[in-house]
Amino acid sequence: MSAMIEMKNVSKWYGSFQVLKNCTTQVSKGEVVVVCGPSGSGKSTLIKCVNGLEPFQEGEVIVDGISVAAKNTNLSKLRSRIGMVFQNFELFPHLTITQNLTLGQIKVLGRSKEEATERGLKLLDRVGLMEQAAKYPGQLSGGQQQRVAIARALSMDPIAMLFDEPTSALDPEMINEVLDVMIELAKEGMTMMVVTHEMGFANKVAHRVVFMDQGEIVEDAMKDDFFGKPRSERAVQFLSKILHH
Amino acid sequence: MFTGYDFDVIQRSLPYLFKEGMVFTLTLTGLAMVGGVVFGTMLAMMRLSRFPLLGIPAGAYVNLMRSVPLVLVIFWFYFLVPYIGAWIIGASRPVAVGAFLSCVITFTLFEAAYYCEIMRAGIQSIPRGQVAAGQALGLNYWQTMGYIVLPQAFRNMTPVLLTQTIILFQDTSLVYVISVTDFLGAAAKIANRDYRLVEMYTFAALVYFVVSLSLSYIVKRLQAKMAIIR
Repeated sequence: MSAMIEMKNVSKWYGSFQVLKNCTTQVSKGEVVVVCGPSGSGKSTLIKCVNGLEPFQEGEVIVDGISVAAKNTNLSKLRSRIGMVFQNFELFPHLTITQNLTLGQIKVLGRSKEEATERGLKLLDRVGLMEQAAKYPGQLSGGQQQRVAIARALSMDPIAMLFDEPTSALDPEMINEVLDVMIELAKEGMTMMVVTHEMGFANKVAHRVVFMDQGEIVEDAMKDDFFGKPRSERAVQFLSKILHH
Repeated sequence: MFTGYDFDVIQRSLPYLFKEGMVFTLTLTGLAMVGGVVFGTMLAMMRLSRFPLLGIPAGAYVNLMRSVPLVLVIFWFYFLVPYIGAWIIGASRPVAVGAFLSCVITFTLFEAAYYCEIMRAGIQSIPRGQVAAGQALGLNYWQTMGYIVLPQAFRNMTPVLLTQTIILFQDTSLVYVISVTDFLGAAAKIANRDYRLVEMYTFAALVYFVVSLSLSYIVKRLQAKMAIIR
Protein backbone atom coordinates (compact mmCIF):
# COMPACT_ATOMS: atom_id res chain seq x y z
CA MET A 1 0.00 0.00 0.00
CA SER A 2 1.29 3.43 -0.90
CA ALA A 3 1.09 6.32 1.56
CA MET A 4 -1.69 8.78 0.74
CA ILE A 5 -0.92 11.05 3.68
CA GLU A 6 2.57 11.23 5.11
CA MET A 7 3.57 13.33 8.12
CA LYS A 8 7.24 13.58 8.95
CA ASN A 9 8.52 15.17 12.17
CA VAL A 10 5.78 17.83 12.22
CA SER A 11 6.27 20.39 14.98
CA LYS A 12 4.17 23.44 15.72
CA TRP A 13 4.36 26.21 18.29
CA TYR A 14 1.89 28.82 19.49
CA GLY A 15 4.38 31.39 20.69
CA SER A 16 6.61 29.47 23.04
CA PHE A 17 4.08 26.70 23.63
CA GLN A 18 4.72 23.62 21.55
CA VAL A 19 1.44 22.01 20.45
CA LEU A 20 2.92 19.36 18.16
CA LYS A 21 6.18 17.60 18.89
CA ASN A 22 7.90 15.72 16.07
CA CYS A 23 4.75 13.97 14.90
CA THR A 24 5.36 11.24 12.35
CA THR A 25 2.69 8.98 10.92
CA GLN A 26 1.11 8.03 7.63
CA VAL A 27 -2.18 6.94 6.17
CA SER A 28 -2.07 4.48 3.30
CA LYS A 29 -4.53 4.38 0.44
CA GLY A 30 -7.78 2.83 1.62
CA GLU A 31 -6.71 2.85 5.24
CA VAL A 32 -8.79 4.13 8.15
CA VAL A 33 -6.70 5.70 10.90
CA VAL A 34 -8.28 6.88 14.13
CA VAL A 35 -6.49 9.59 16.09
CA CYS A 36 -7.41 9.67 19.77
CA GLY A 37 -6.12 11.07 23.02
CA PRO A 38 -7.13 13.35 25.88
CA SER A 39 -8.43 16.84 25.05
CA GLY A 40 -5.67 19.34 24.41
CA SER A 41 -3.37 16.63 23.13
CA GLY A 42 -3.10 18.20 19.67
CA LYS A 43 -5.26 15.77 17.68
CA SER A 44 -7.32 18.46 15.94
CA THR A 45 -4.25 20.56 15.25
CA LEU A 46 -2.53 17.53 13.73
CA ILE A 47 -5.39 16.72 11.37
CA LYS A 48 -5.67 20.36 10.28
CA CYS A 49 -2.02 20.27 9.25
CA VAL A 50 -2.91 17.66 6.63
CA ASN A 51 -4.77 20.16 4.44
CA GLY A 52 -2.83 23.19 5.59
CA LEU A 53 -5.62 24.80 7.63
CA GLU A 54 -3.06 24.98 10.42
CA PRO A 55 0.44 26.05 9.44
CA PHE A 56 3.35 24.29 11.11
CA GLN A 57 6.92 25.43 11.64
CA GLU A 58 8.89 22.23 11.22
CA GLY A 59 8.57 18.96 9.38
CA GLU A 60 6.76 17.88 6.27
CA VAL A 61 3.27 16.82 5.27
CA ILE A 62 2.89 15.08 1.93
CA VAL A 63 -0.52 14.29 0.46
CA ASP A 64 -0.59 12.16 -2.68
CA GLY A 65 3.01 13.10 -3.38
CA ILE A 66 2.49 16.84 -2.95
CA SER A 67 4.07 18.76 -0.08
CA VAL A 68 1.46 20.86 1.77
CA ALA A 69 3.88 23.48 3.05
CA ALA A 70 5.98 23.88 -0.10
CA LYS A 71 5.90 27.42 -1.51
CA ASN A 72 4.96 26.36 -5.03
CA THR A 73 2.09 24.11 -3.97
CA ASN A 74 -1.37 25.23 -5.09
CA LEU A 75 -2.91 24.78 -1.66
CA SER A 76 -6.49 25.51 -2.77
CA LYS A 77 -6.26 22.83 -5.42
CA LEU A 78 -4.78 20.32 -2.99
CA ARG A 79 -7.47 21.10 -0.40
CA SER A 80 -10.21 20.56 -2.95
CA ARG A 81 -9.01 16.96 -3.25
CA ILE A 82 -9.15 16.32 0.50
CA GLY A 83 -12.59 16.21 2.10
CA MET A 84 -12.95 17.62 5.58
CA VAL A 85 -15.72 17.28 8.14
CA PHE A 86 -15.72 19.63 11.15
CA GLN A 87 -16.86 19.31 14.73
CA ASN A 88 -19.40 22.11 14.29
CA PHE A 89 -20.54 21.01 10.81
CA GLU A 90 -19.78 24.43 9.30
CA LEU A 91 -22.48 24.28 6.67
CA PHE A 92 -23.03 27.69 5.13
CA PRO A 93 -26.15 28.99 6.92
CA HIS A 94 -27.13 31.49 4.20
CA LEU A 95 -27.27 28.80 1.49
CA THR A 96 -29.77 25.99 0.97
CA ILE A 97 -28.65 22.40 1.41
CA THR A 98 -28.43 22.02 -2.37
CA GLN A 99 -26.36 25.19 -2.68
CA ASN A 100 -24.09 23.95 0.10
CA LEU A 101 -23.53 20.78 -1.88
CA THR A 102 -22.86 22.49 -5.20
CA LEU A 103 -20.84 25.63 -4.32
CA GLY A 104 -17.45 23.91 -4.24
CA GLN A 105 -18.19 21.74 -7.27
CA ILE A 106 -19.16 24.75 -9.38
CA LYS A 107 -16.58 27.29 -8.20
CA VAL A 108 -13.61 25.02 -7.63
CA LEU A 109 -14.09 22.03 -9.93
CA GLY A 110 -15.78 24.06 -12.66
CA ARG A 111 -18.74 21.71 -12.98
CA SER A 112 -21.95 22.97 -14.54
CA LYS A 113 -24.84 23.75 -12.22
CA GLU A 114 -26.83 20.78 -13.52
CA GLU A 115 -23.93 18.39 -13.16
CA ALA A 116 -23.13 19.64 -9.66
CA THR A 117 -26.76 19.45 -8.56
CA GLU A 118 -27.11 15.91 -9.88
CA ARG A 119 -23.98 14.79 -8.06
CA GLY A 120 -24.94 16.66 -4.88
CA LEU A 121 -28.45 15.26 -4.74
CA LYS A 122 -27.18 11.74 -5.37
CA LEU A 123 -24.95 12.05 -2.30
CA LEU A 124 -27.72 13.69 -0.31
CA ASP A 125 -29.88 10.69 -1.12
CA ARG A 126 -27.08 8.42 0.00
CA VAL A 127 -27.00 10.01 3.46
CA GLY A 128 -30.80 9.72 3.52
CA LEU A 129 -31.73 13.39 3.40
CA MET A 130 -33.16 13.82 -0.09
CA GLU A 131 -36.30 15.58 1.16
CA GLN A 132 -34.22 18.29 2.88
CA ALA A 133 -32.64 19.60 -0.34
CA ALA A 134 -34.45 22.93 -0.41
CA LYS A 135 -34.11 23.69 3.30
CA TYR A 136 -31.52 25.79 5.08
CA PRO A 137 -28.98 24.24 7.48
CA GLY A 138 -30.62 25.92 10.48
CA GLN A 139 -33.79 23.92 9.84
CA LEU A 140 -31.98 20.59 10.22
CA SER A 141 -30.95 18.69 13.35
CA GLY A 142 -27.28 18.42 14.25
CA GLY A 143 -27.04 14.87 13.01
CA GLN A 144 -28.68 15.78 9.72
CA GLN A 145 -26.35 18.77 9.31
CA GLN A 146 -23.31 16.61 9.85
CA ARG A 147 -24.54 14.09 7.28
CA VAL A 148 -24.98 16.94 4.80
CA ALA A 149 -21.45 18.10 5.66
CA ILE A 150 -20.15 14.62 4.82
CA ALA A 151 -22.09 14.65 1.55
CA ARG A 152 -20.66 18.10 0.77
CA ALA A 153 -17.11 16.84 1.29
CA LEU A 154 -17.80 13.75 -0.84
CA SER A 155 -19.28 15.86 -3.65
CA MET A 156 -15.74 17.02 -4.43
CA ASP A 157 -14.71 13.40 -5.15
CA PRO A 158 -11.90 13.49 -2.58
CA ILE A 159 -8.94 11.14 -2.53
CA ALA A 160 -9.05 11.12 1.29
CA MET A 161 -11.38 12.30 4.05
CA LEU A 162 -10.46 14.06 7.29
CA PHE A 163 -12.88 14.00 10.22
CA ASP A 164 -12.26 16.39 13.11
CA GLU A 165 -14.34 15.10 16.04
CA PRO A 166 -17.41 14.71 13.82
CA THR A 167 -19.72 13.55 16.61
CA SER A 168 -18.50 15.64 19.54
CA ALA A 169 -21.05 18.43 19.09
CA LEU A 170 -23.98 16.05 18.62
CA ASP A 171 -26.70 15.00 21.02
CA PRO A 172 -26.16 11.34 21.99
CA GLU A 173 -29.15 10.06 20.03
CA MET A 174 -27.76 11.52 16.80
CA ILE A 175 -24.26 10.11 17.01
CA ASN A 176 -25.08 6.78 15.40
CA GLU A 177 -26.71 8.18 12.27
CA VAL A 178 -23.43 9.99 11.54
CA LEU A 179 -21.22 7.06 12.50
CA ASP A 180 -23.26 4.77 10.23
CA VAL A 181 -22.47 6.97 7.24
CA MET A 182 -18.78 6.94 8.20
CA ILE A 183 -18.72 3.18 8.67
CA GLU A 184 -20.27 2.68 5.26
CA LEU A 185 -17.69 5.01 3.77
CA ALA A 186 -14.86 3.10 5.42
CA LYS A 187 -16.20 -0.18 4.09
CA GLU A 188 -16.14 1.23 0.57
CA GLY A 189 -12.41 1.72 0.91
CA MET A 190 -12.22 5.48 1.45
CA THR A 191 -8.93 6.68 2.88
CA MET A 192 -9.87 8.23 6.22
CA MET A 193 -8.17 10.03 9.08
CA VAL A 194 -10.58 10.40 11.97
CA VAL A 195 -10.12 12.32 15.20
CA THR A 196 -12.70 10.88 17.56
CA HIS A 197 -13.50 9.67 21.06
CA GLU A 198 -15.80 6.99 19.66
CA MET A 199 -13.81 3.89 20.53
CA GLY A 200 -16.65 1.70 19.27
CA PHE A 201 -16.18 3.21 15.83
CA ALA A 202 -12.42 2.74 16.09
CA ASN A 203 -12.85 -0.88 17.09
CA LYS A 204 -15.25 -1.55 14.25
CA VAL A 205 -13.57 0.04 11.24
CA ALA A 206 -10.13 1.42 12.07
CA HIS A 207 -7.06 -0.28 10.72
CA ARG A 208 -4.68 1.68 12.89
CA VAL A 209 -4.95 3.87 15.96
CA VAL A 210 -2.73 6.86 16.65
CA PHE A 211 -2.72 7.85 20.31
CA MET A 212 -1.61 11.38 21.18
CA ASP A 213 -0.81 13.07 24.46
CA GLN A 214 0.61 16.54 25.07
CA GLY A 215 1.44 17.10 21.42
CA GLU A 216 3.26 13.82 20.97
CA ILE A 217 2.30 10.70 19.10
CA VAL A 218 2.72 8.26 21.95
CA GLU A 219 1.48 5.19 20.18
CA ASP A 220 0.89 4.33 16.54
CA ALA A 221 -0.33 0.75 16.36
CA MET A 222 -2.58 -1.67 14.55
CA LYS A 223 -6.06 -1.50 16.01
CA ASP A 224 -6.01 -4.89 17.74
CA ASP A 225 -2.62 -4.20 19.24
CA PHE A 226 -3.71 -0.84 20.56
CA PHE A 227 -6.85 -2.12 22.23
CA GLY A 228 -5.40 -5.51 23.21
CA LYS A 229 -1.97 -4.65 24.49
CA PRO A 230 -1.21 -0.93 24.60
CA ARG A 231 2.48 -0.42 25.25
CA SER A 232 2.53 2.94 26.98
CA GLU A 233 1.26 3.72 30.44
CA ARG A 234 -0.52 6.82 29.14
CA ALA A 235 -2.51 4.82 26.59
CA VAL A 236 -3.49 2.29 29.24
CA GLN A 237 -4.76 5.09 31.46
CA PHE A 238 -6.63 6.77 28.61
CA LEU A 239 -8.30 3.52 27.56
CA SER A 240 -9.33 2.67 31.10
CA LYS A 241 -10.91 6.10 31.49
CA ILE A 242 -12.75 6.03 28.21
CA LEU A 243 -13.87 2.40 28.19
CA HIS A 244 -14.94 1.86 31.80
CA HIS A 245 -17.45 4.39 32.94
CA MET B 1 -50.43 82.44 17.39
CA PHE B 2 -49.88 81.89 13.71
CA THR B 3 -50.91 85.37 12.62
CA GLY B 4 -48.33 86.87 10.34
CA TYR B 5 -47.19 83.50 9.09
CA ASP B 6 -47.90 82.31 5.54
CA PHE B 7 -47.96 78.54 5.32
CA ASP B 8 -49.26 78.65 1.76
CA VAL B 9 -45.70 79.30 0.68
CA ILE B 10 -45.02 75.63 1.37
CA GLN B 11 -47.73 74.43 -0.96
CA ARG B 12 -46.66 76.84 -3.68
CA SER B 13 -43.08 75.64 -3.52
CA LEU B 14 -43.77 71.89 -3.20
CA PRO B 15 -42.81 71.01 -6.82
CA TYR B 16 -39.53 72.89 -6.48
CA LEU B 17 -38.78 71.45 -3.03
CA PHE B 18 -39.37 67.85 -4.04
CA LYS B 19 -38.67 67.63 -7.77
CA GLU B 20 -35.43 69.55 -7.46
CA GLY B 21 -34.42 69.38 -3.84
CA MET B 22 -35.55 65.98 -2.64
CA VAL B 23 -34.56 64.24 -5.88
CA PHE B 24 -31.03 65.59 -5.43
CA THR B 25 -30.93 64.58 -1.75
CA LEU B 26 -32.15 61.05 -2.42
CA THR B 27 -29.90 60.57 -5.46
CA LEU B 28 -26.89 61.72 -3.47
CA THR B 29 -27.85 59.50 -0.52
CA GLY B 30 -28.31 56.47 -2.77
CA LEU B 31 -25.10 56.90 -4.75
CA ALA B 32 -23.02 57.68 -1.67
CA MET B 33 -24.50 54.66 0.11
CA VAL B 34 -23.64 52.25 -2.72
CA GLY B 35 -20.20 53.80 -3.27
CA GLY B 36 -19.54 54.04 0.46
CA VAL B 37 -20.51 50.44 1.18
CA VAL B 38 -18.39 49.12 -1.72
CA PHE B 39 -15.34 51.24 -0.82
CA GLY B 40 -15.94 50.69 2.89
CA THR B 41 -16.02 46.92 2.43
CA MET B 42 -12.74 47.10 0.55
CA LEU B 43 -11.25 49.17 3.38
CA ALA B 44 -12.54 46.67 5.93
CA MET B 45 -10.94 43.78 4.06
CA MET B 46 -7.69 45.75 3.92
CA ARG B 47 -7.83 46.50 7.66
CA LEU B 48 -8.38 42.84 8.43
CA SER B 49 -5.70 41.55 6.08
CA ARG B 50 -2.52 40.14 7.50
CA PHE B 51 -0.42 42.45 5.32
CA PRO B 52 0.55 45.66 7.16
CA LEU B 53 1.07 47.29 3.77
CA LEU B 54 -2.71 47.14 3.27
CA GLY B 55 -3.89 47.40 6.86
CA ILE B 56 -1.99 50.49 7.98
CA PRO B 57 -2.99 52.87 5.14
CA ALA B 58 -6.62 51.73 5.41
CA GLY B 59 -6.59 52.29 9.16
CA ALA B 60 -5.00 55.70 8.77
CA TYR B 61 -7.57 56.69 6.15
CA VAL B 62 -10.50 55.64 8.33
CA ASN B 63 -9.14 57.44 11.37
CA LEU B 64 -8.46 60.59 9.38
CA MET B 65 -11.94 60.71 7.87
CA ARG B 66 -13.58 60.07 11.20
CA SER B 67 -11.61 62.85 12.86
CA VAL B 68 -12.41 65.63 10.41
CA PRO B 69 -15.77 67.49 10.41
CA LEU B 70 -17.88 66.67 7.36
CA VAL B 71 -18.35 70.35 6.43
CA LEU B 72 -14.60 70.68 6.14
CA VAL B 73 -14.33 67.62 3.94
CA ILE B 74 -17.07 69.00 1.68
CA PHE B 75 -15.29 72.34 1.30
CA TRP B 76 -11.93 70.72 0.90
CA PHE B 77 -13.01 68.34 -1.86
CA TYR B 78 -15.08 70.97 -3.63
CA PHE B 79 -12.07 73.21 -4.02
CA LEU B 80 -9.45 70.51 -4.42
CA VAL B 81 -11.06 67.87 -6.64
CA PRO B 82 -10.71 70.04 -9.80
CA TYR B 83 -6.97 70.25 -9.18
CA ILE B 84 -6.66 66.53 -8.41
CA GLY B 85 -8.60 65.80 -11.60
CA ALA B 86 -6.23 68.00 -13.59
CA TRP B 87 -3.27 66.27 -12.02
CA ILE B 88 -4.65 62.81 -12.85
CA ILE B 89 -5.38 63.50 -16.51
CA GLY B 90 -2.41 65.82 -16.88
CA ALA B 91 -4.42 68.93 -17.83
CA SER B 92 -2.94 72.35 -17.27
CA ARG B 93 -6.17 73.87 -15.96
CA PRO B 94 -8.41 72.69 -13.10
CA VAL B 95 -11.06 70.29 -14.36
CA ALA B 96 -14.65 71.45 -13.96
CA VAL B 97 -16.12 68.61 -11.93
CA GLY B 98 -19.43 70.19 -11.01
CA ALA B 99 -21.04 70.43 -7.61
CA PHE B 100 -23.05 67.23 -7.93
CA LEU B 101 -20.14 64.94 -8.81
CA SER B 102 -18.02 66.64 -6.18
CA CYS B 103 -20.72 65.89 -3.59
CA VAL B 104 -20.98 62.24 -4.64
CA ILE B 105 -17.21 61.77 -4.38
CA THR B 106 -17.03 63.55 -1.04
CA PHE B 107 -19.84 61.60 0.60
CA THR B 108 -18.65 58.28 -0.83
CA LEU B 109 -15.16 58.81 0.57
CA PHE B 110 -16.40 60.17 3.90
CA GLU B 111 -19.11 57.59 4.55
CA ALA B 112 -16.80 54.75 3.45
CA ALA B 113 -14.87 55.27 6.69
CA TYR B 114 -18.02 54.63 8.73
CA TYR B 115 -19.29 51.77 6.56
CA CYS B 116 -15.79 50.28 6.84
CA GLU B 117 -16.04 49.98 10.60
CA ILE B 118 -19.49 48.41 10.30
CA MET B 119 -18.33 45.88 7.72
CA ARG B 120 -15.23 45.13 9.75
CA ALA B 121 -17.42 44.17 12.69
CA GLY B 122 -19.63 42.19 10.31
CA ILE B 123 -16.75 40.22 8.86
CA GLN B 124 -15.38 39.53 12.34
CA SER B 125 -18.78 38.25 13.44
CA ILE B 126 -18.50 35.28 11.06
CA PRO B 127 -17.06 32.25 12.89
CA ARG B 128 -13.56 31.21 11.80
CA GLY B 129 -14.87 27.74 11.09
CA GLN B 130 -16.87 29.13 8.15
CA VAL B 131 -13.66 30.36 6.55
CA ALA B 132 -11.98 27.02 7.28
CA ALA B 133 -14.90 25.16 5.66
CA GLY B 134 -14.61 27.31 2.55
CA GLN B 135 -10.87 26.80 2.38
CA ALA B 136 -11.24 23.06 2.92
CA LEU B 137 -13.48 22.93 -0.16
CA GLY B 138 -10.66 24.54 -2.12
CA LEU B 139 -12.12 28.04 -2.37
CA ASN B 140 -9.44 30.73 -2.54
CA TYR B 141 -9.42 33.95 -0.48
CA TRP B 142 -11.65 35.93 -2.85
CA GLN B 143 -14.12 33.09 -3.30
CA THR B 144 -14.32 32.49 0.45
CA MET B 145 -14.93 36.20 0.99
CA GLY B 146 -17.36 36.58 -1.89
CA TYR B 147 -19.51 33.50 -1.42
CA ILE B 148 -19.29 32.79 2.29
CA VAL B 149 -18.06 35.61 4.52
CA LEU B 150 -19.40 38.80 2.91
CA PRO B 151 -22.95 37.57 2.19
CA GLN B 152 -23.32 36.61 5.84
CA ALA B 153 -21.60 39.77 7.07
CA PHE B 154 -23.96 41.92 4.96
CA ARG B 155 -26.99 40.14 6.36
CA ASN B 156 -25.82 40.48 9.92
CA MET B 157 -25.00 44.14 9.43
CA THR B 158 -27.92 45.28 7.26
CA PRO B 159 -29.73 47.03 10.13
CA VAL B 160 -26.59 48.91 11.15
CA LEU B 161 -25.73 49.76 7.53
CA LEU B 162 -29.22 51.19 7.03
CA THR B 163 -29.06 53.14 10.27
CA GLN B 164 -25.82 54.68 9.06
CA THR B 165 -27.60 55.48 5.78
CA ILE B 166 -30.28 57.40 7.68
CA ILE B 167 -27.49 59.47 9.20
CA LEU B 168 -26.06 59.92 5.71
CA PHE B 169 -29.47 61.10 4.49
CA GLN B 170 -29.46 63.80 7.15
CA ASP B 171 -25.80 64.67 6.58
CA THR B 172 -26.37 65.38 2.90
CA SER B 173 -28.11 68.60 3.98
CA LEU B 174 -24.64 70.01 4.65
CA VAL B 175 -24.06 70.41 0.90
CA TYR B 176 -25.90 73.71 1.14
CA VAL B 177 -22.54 75.21 2.17
CA ILE B 178 -21.41 74.91 -1.45
CA SER B 179 -24.75 76.37 -2.64
CA VAL B 180 -26.14 73.12 -3.99
CA THR B 181 -29.90 72.84 -4.23
CA ASP B 182 -30.63 69.78 -2.16
CA PHE B 183 -33.87 69.58 -0.19
CA LEU B 184 -32.66 71.91 2.56
CA GLY B 185 -30.98 74.15 -0.01
CA ALA B 186 -34.23 74.49 -1.94
CA ALA B 187 -36.13 75.29 1.25
CA ALA B 188 -33.51 77.86 2.24
CA LYS B 189 -33.68 79.57 -1.14
CA ILE B 190 -37.44 79.98 -0.93
CA ALA B 191 -37.19 81.05 2.69
CA ASN B 192 -34.79 83.82 1.85
CA ARG B 193 -36.52 84.88 -1.36
CA ASP B 194 -39.97 85.21 0.27
CA TYR B 195 -38.67 85.96 3.74
CA ARG B 196 -40.55 82.93 5.12
CA LEU B 197 -37.76 81.48 7.28
CA VAL B 198 -39.87 79.98 10.08
CA GLU B 199 -42.34 78.32 7.73
CA MET B 200 -39.78 76.82 5.38
CA TYR B 201 -37.29 75.62 7.99
CA THR B 202 -40.07 74.12 10.10
CA PHE B 203 -41.41 72.28 7.09
CA ALA B 204 -37.94 71.09 6.10
CA ALA B 205 -37.30 69.78 9.60
CA LEU B 206 -40.64 67.99 9.56
CA VAL B 207 -39.86 66.29 6.25
CA TYR B 208 -36.42 65.10 7.46
CA PHE B 209 -38.08 63.85 10.62
CA VAL B 210 -40.80 61.91 8.80
CA VAL B 211 -38.43 60.35 6.24
CA SER B 212 -35.87 59.34 8.87
CA LEU B 213 -38.50 57.92 11.19
CA SER B 214 -40.14 55.87 8.43
CA LEU B 215 -36.77 54.53 7.36
CA SER B 216 -35.87 53.41 10.86
CA TYR B 217 -39.27 51.75 11.11
CA ILE B 218 -38.50 49.85 7.89
CA VAL B 219 -35.09 48.89 9.30
CA LYS B 220 -36.79 47.39 12.35
CA ARG B 221 -39.16 45.36 10.18
CA LEU B 222 -36.27 44.18 8.00
CA GLN B 223 -34.20 43.17 10.99
CA ALA B 224 -36.70 40.49 11.94
CA LYS B 225 -37.06 39.24 8.37
CA MET B 226 -33.39 39.12 7.42
CA ALA B 227 -32.08 37.09 10.35
CA ILE B 228 -30.34 33.90 9.25
CA ILE B 229 -31.81 30.77 10.78
CA ARG B 230 -29.17 29.15 12.93
